[in-house]
Amino acid sequence: MKRLALLSTIVFTLGLSGLRADEGVKVSPIDHAATLKECGGCHIAFPPQMLPSRSWTKMMGDLANHFGENAALDQAVQDDIATYLAAHAADAPATKGGARFTKGLGADTVPLRITETPYWKREHDEIAASRFSDPKIKSKANCIACHRTADKGEFLEGDE
Amino acid sequence: MSNSRKIALISLLSLTNLAMVLPAAADPARDAILATLAEEAKKADPAFGGFSAERGQAFFAAKHTGGKPDTPSCTSCHSQDPTAAGETRAGKRIEPMAVSKNPSRFNKVEEVNKWFGRNCNSVLGRECTAVEKGDFITYLSAK
Ligand code: HEC
Ligand code: HEC
Ligand code: HEC
Repeated sequence: MKRLALLSTIVFTLGLSGLRADEGVKVSPIDHAATLKECGGCHIAFPPQMLPSRSWTKMMGDLANHFGENAALDQAVQDDIATYLAAHAADAPATKGGARFTKGLGADTVPLRITETPYWKREHDEIAASRFSDPKIKSKANCIACHRTADKGEFLEGDE
Repeated sequence: MSNSRKIALISLLSLTNLAMVLPAAADPARDAILATLAEEAKKADPAFGGFSAERGQAFFAAKHTGGKPDTPSCTSCHSQDPTAAGETRAGKRIEPMAVSKNPSRFNKVEEVNKWFGRNCNSVLGRECTAVEKGDFITYLSAK
């Protein structure tokens, strides 16, 4: 009896750690040269799947005032990128499993930050605020400091 | 002296002048960008006497006012030491600005215009003048 309990504890623990090891969220990496170049200069080009299309449309409409910086582009490039982002947004028909990223998000809220979506907050609610202000990380938006392959659309367990 | 000889002499002189200003890592595309800036500078001020690496260094390191509070200086993102990498506000690495460390600097006119446009506005709250731009590139080309 005792043995069985021990055994199942071991199996359970193994099972769990196995699960954790390949846990992680993967989205299709960005395959659009203009987006990679123009949206990847100051931070990684963020995955379009993690915001609804209304967010991208609003953001692309005011690049001159982009989080305290000027990210303005020529109109043609801006339109091209806006189209790409909207087509790959959380709520775009072509995006598989996008609903998880907008879960809990009010239909009329238009978040401009991935880091302010209920999804992102849920996934990071156990991380102390001081981790993000660590000079090596600097910002919540520095995904790649913790998710080493974030630029390939892979958000594996935040490695240090 | 005949006119044609005069011209020959002048062009010889300006050639040697050019050779003296040219940094080790010469790049025709970068020279063309500088030449355009020099033309603009001359148009704005006929007394314009050439770009200066010293002025460029002072401009690069200075704390400016008029821009965004988070970015008072070019060195807020570009490293204090231009041969070292810098970092954006979101923590992304910026390759060194010094041409000696990064030979592909300042040789694509659209990139140069785009980033001067953005960064001068963030730091100074206005466009940079042609002299400021030319000094900046001259300083970093010699670095
Ligand atoms: C300070 C480090 C850190 C930063 C910065 C960070 N994350 Fe995370 N993230 C983590 C950790 C740690 C986890 C795992 C939480 C857990 O497993 O309980 C995680 C989990 C996730 C998950 C869920 C993965 C899963 O297995 O379900 C996603 C998606 C994610 N992060 C996306 C992002 C994005 C997008 C950014 C940037 C906008 C970002 N993260 C920034 C540390 C970080
Ligand atoms: C000139 C620099 C610059 C460029 C170019 C730029 N951004 Fe940003 N972006 C920023 C800064 C600064 C922030 C705020 C980062 C922070 O809070 O740490 C930001 C934040 C963001 C965020 C929110 C991150 C979060 O907290 O979830 C998104 C989304 C974003 N940018 C998308 C884009 C897109 C799309 C483009 C291309 C059209 C782009 N950015 C180009 C500077 C830039
Ligand atoms: C908010 C951060 C930030 C500040 C402040 C900043 N820059 Fe930049 N700068 C960047 C980024 C990001 C790039 C693009 C990445 C790269 O070229 O490596 C860049 C690129 C440039 C380029 C293009 C270089 C090339 O190879 O063509 C020039 C020119 C430039 N900056 C000038 C300036 C000047 C002048 C100032 C000060 C008045 C300044 N920057 C301040 C972030 C900044």
